Amino acid sequence: MAIQQLSIFVENKSGALADITGILADNSIDLRALSIAETQDFGILRLIVNDTNKAAKALRDKNCVVNITEICAVAVPDAPGGLASVLRILADADIVVEYTYAFISNSKKDAYVVLRINDHDLVTAEKLFAEKGIREINEQDIQSL
Amino acid sequence: MKKQYWQEEIETASREELSKIQSERLVATVKRVYEKVPMYRERMDAAGVKPEDIQSIADITKLPFTTKQDLRDTYPYGMFAVPMDQVVELHASSGTTGKQVVVGYTEKDVHSWGEICARALVAAGADETDFVHVSYGYGLFTGGFGLHYGAQQIGATAIPVSSGQTKRQVTILEDFGSTVLCCTPSYAMTIAESVEAAGIDASKLPLRAGIFGAEPWTEEMRKHIEDKLKIKAYDIYGLTEVMGPGVSFTCEHQCGMHVNEDHFIIEVLNPDTFEPVEDGMIGEIVFTCINKEAFPVIRYRTKDLGYVTHEKCKCGRTFVRMSKILGRTDDMLIIRGVNVFPSQIETVLLEQGYAPNYMLIVDRVNNSDTLEVQVEVSPEMFSDVTSVLTSHEKKLQTAIRELLGIHANVKLVAPNTIPRFEGKAKRVIDNRQLHD
Ligand SMILES: [Zn+2]
Repeated sequence: MAIQQLSIFVENKSGALADITGILADNSIDLRALSIAETQDFGILRLIVNDTNKAAKALRDKNCVVNITEICAVAVPDAPGGLASVLRILADADIVVEYTYAFISNSKKDAYVVLRINDHDLVTAEKLFAEKGIREINEQDIQSL
Repeated sequence: MKKQYWQEEIETASREELSKIQSERLVATVKRVYEKVPMYRERMDAAGVKPEDIQSIADITKLPFTTKQDLRDTYPYGMFAVPMDQVVELHASSGTTGKQVVVGYTEKDVHSWGEICARALVAAGADETDFVHVSYGYGLFTGGFGLHYGAQQIGATAIPVSSGQTKRQVTILEDFGSTVLCCTPSYAMTIAESVEAAGIDASKLPLRAGIFGAEPWTEEMRKHIEDKLKIKAYDIYGLTEVMGPGVSFTCEHQCGMHVNEDHFIIEVLNPDTFEPVEDGMIGEIVFTCINKEAFPVIRYRTKDLGYVTHEKCKCGRTFVRMSKILGRTDDMLIIRGVNVFPSQIETVLLEQGYAPNYMLIVDRVNNSDTLEVQVEVSPEMFSDVTSVLTSHEKKLQTAIRELLGIHANVKLVAPNTIPRFEGKAKRVIDNRQLHD
């Protein structure tokens, strides 16, 4: 069920982000979600796109360092405490979330949360979501967003 | 049958024979430069040394030193020991500051240069069937010529590609079937990256050996190049003022560079006292040319740091072996009072799996020196999780602190952002405004 996320190394200097998004635009890649993690020295750009492999190849051809990771994205109930309840389920199962970010779908007016869970906990997390009725989205959903 | 040595008799001569040859040639050289080169006569007179005082190599320490500044002060031909009509070739050292140093060669000198390079080529397993691809610059700099002449002396095919146009280098490696590559180690790295980028399997290329020199490089870098290009990498050392590449070279045992002692006398001196140090002790390397006609330097201070060993080598050569250049008295950075050589940082980087593309940036902030080490992030170490990357930085920082005892700010940068070099690498940017 997990979906693919593209991560790209970005130097902290002006134009670096524009260069990367420019490469994606030139290759007609659509961005579905985007988040940036920054340290003092560098940033990591995390993207969910319509064609992960094509985007990865285009970026690598331009000497970018890129990796593809499996992440979990769930629909968050549109009510106060929606995200908290999802995180609570994972915390109770001692599952560590490395990072999280949210995105919305224009067409469906839904909010989604990306959860980066260690590979060895991913199956457990997905099982828990299924049990608690939390809807996980898949690659097909990404295409139709 | 493949030759093991180019000139077996001299390369395996006993210490007594070598000392005898060195003494005879030193005595003759000193006598000649005293007569022909005013600077040497003035210096020796000032030191109260007469040519007759030099009877054997043991007397070499009586002679005054020669520095690069002396060679600049006599620009262009002041140090030549023969009339210019006997000079058949000129070269000049790559002087980045001030005047260049111009050196000359007689016909015999050109032959000697080729001869010592021929020894290096044969030690690297080359013979008349080889294609020697020379990617050192061909120009005033001595780079390409010595190995070119050497290749021709052994009957190999010299390919004078010169440096630059890296894609073309790769095409020539493939199409001309180069078997031995000669260039700076940094350029070998650049070529290796280009081979990889072109999607060429290095193990399918006919290339099997590399002779690299003209800049300090580490043992780790050697292994890295050997692995990338699937070759055996040999070291060659030399400097324009003394002859050019070929002064010393590694054999197949890669355990130090054999100094061509019938042409040069090597001394290793304590950089502060200028007293000779024992085998194995690091000091400044000093050369005297004893078989050169046009431009024989006497006790030339190279500013290169290294050590020697007289232990017998497994290859059978009796020439003394010098270590790789561990640094230059010029390249040495003093950071918060600690002596730092770029090669030390390079060793740590390679040990930790980084590519040897790096830049050291030294600055002074609030009266304290800072060192930033910029190194390229590799696909293997990259992660979507920030803490994984910062832990790489911390690990490197710790290793540098353990080795040098100073804090370095490690900065990961994007691939291919650190400059690649076609000749000698420049790895340090010193932004300190030092006022003495
Ligand atoms: Zn040897």
